Amino acid sequence: MSQDLSTATFSGYRRENGRVGVRNHVIILPVDDLSNAACEAVANNISGTMALPHPYGRLQFGEDLELHFRTLIGTGSNPNVAAVVVIGIENGWTQKIVDGIAATGKPVTGFGIEQHGDHETIMEASKVAKEYAQWASELTREEAPMGELWVSTKCGESDTTSGCGSNPTVGNAFDKLYPHGATLLFGETSEITGGEHLVAERCRNDEVRERFMFMFNRYQDLIERFKTSDLSDSQPTKGNIEGGLTTIEEKALGNIQKIGRECMVDGVLDKAEAPTGPGLWFMDSSSAAAEMVTLAAAAGYVVHFFPTGQGNIIGNPILPVIKVCANPRTVRTMSEHVDVDVSGLLRKEMTPGEAGDKLLESMFRTANGRLTAAEALGHREFVLTRLYESA
Amino acid sequence: MIDFVVHDEGDSVGVVVVEGVKAGEELTGWVMDQDIDIKFKAANDIPIGHKLAIKPMNEGDTVIKYGTDIGKVVADIGTGEHAHVHNIKTKRW
Repeated sequence: MSQDLSTATFSGYRRENGRVGVRNHVIILPVDDLSNAACEAVANNISGTMALPHPYGRLQFGEDLELHFRTLIGTGSNPNVAAVVVIGIENGWTQKIVDGIAATGKPVTGFGIEQHGDHETIMEASKVAKEYAQWASELTREEAPMGELWVSTKCGESDTTSGCGSNPTVGNAFDKLYPHGATLLFGETSEITGGEHLVAERCRNDEVRERFMFMFNRYQDLIERFKTSDLSDSQPTKGNIEGGLTTIEEKALGNIQKIGRECMVDGVLDKAEAPTGPGLWFMDSSSAAAEMVTLAAAAGYVVHFFPTGQGNIIGNPILPVIKVCANPRTVRTMSEHVDVDVSGLLRKEMTPGEAGDKLLESMFRTANGRLTAAEALGHREFVLTRLYESA
Repeated sequence: MIDFVVHDEGDSVGVVVVEGVKAGEELTGWVMDQDIDIKFKAANDIPIGHKLAIKPMNEGDTVIKYGTDIGKVVADIGTGEHAHVHNIKTKRW
């Protein structure tokens, strides 16, 4: 089914700041590891809310702390989120996150546990969470132009079929979305190694190209500093090698099929940084699936394309992850995880254009409310990126 | 029936896309960018997703896939042979 994207719409939740989300979550967000228990207790008390536990948030400093705040504020600010309860051990950092999310205009309240204890905090936070859940349940979807959709991509457990099937499918969809004002994202800095010249060629201008190469080289320096003999078993992973990928260059060239053949790289973002306009953005990011998808959600993306070869099963609490797979064996053995089967591409039973259209159809259905496989299976991997050890 | 795919006609390897390829089997390949079919005999058993050489390569040669350098040959590879981590390594890192 091919549709006219210039007039296509989706049905989403228009938020106070004008952005449009495709989910309507009320989240209970811990500032730090210590506050997970209270957040989970609140989410347990109040139907229609979800806690996002994570292991960090204490004694971080410098750029690493800034990234922590940016990721949590970005997550709460994502238009797939209707309202937020923030709980932290101390008031100061809790309030900083509340203020950051409040800038979107959405309902948000924070609670510090010190001098109150878990019981009182859970009770007070539950009262607010209940009001938010009932309020959010009355919000309704409205039609929005396709161009208001922010779509991110990252692949995982790649194999050689990713490079010839599922990644070019995303590329074809990106090439179709790009001219209609969509805001698109790719990243995975280390997985561009061997194809960095091809991404550099696609950069809109010298300024973007220099910033891209700065991010690329910054990651290479990190790898050089900490690697042992090479990145064997990490890049490519054991799963990649089992799937037939041999070198990082081969993996990277497959990876960058996701940015299609026509769209240009319009801008470069640091981790969890929000784009400032439409176009295709590169985000400096880890290639670990849950980390990268968490950063994309924090940057404000509302739908994610996730091509896989060997069968990565990742999901995210607030960002619907659509799995695309071209490996016929994976489609057979792990069908419950696959949203879009494009294995026909490798049998010449489907053209790249048809595969791209099939993914776009899934994107619209997902945006309109259909649960992805990862959502239905309860995958909620929320993984914060850390830059270095705590103080 | 497509047994393996090749991204570009300049490539030195193709990717097996069916399960259970055995040594001695006659395989049909599809060169995607130029949309032409080619035939090769598998010299080894090759698992799905793994590569077979469609050009003979000697130690030190550069392996081409997607029309681009994907690493170096570290042990000679004959046509139809399994090409993977035992005979190809990265040039990076």
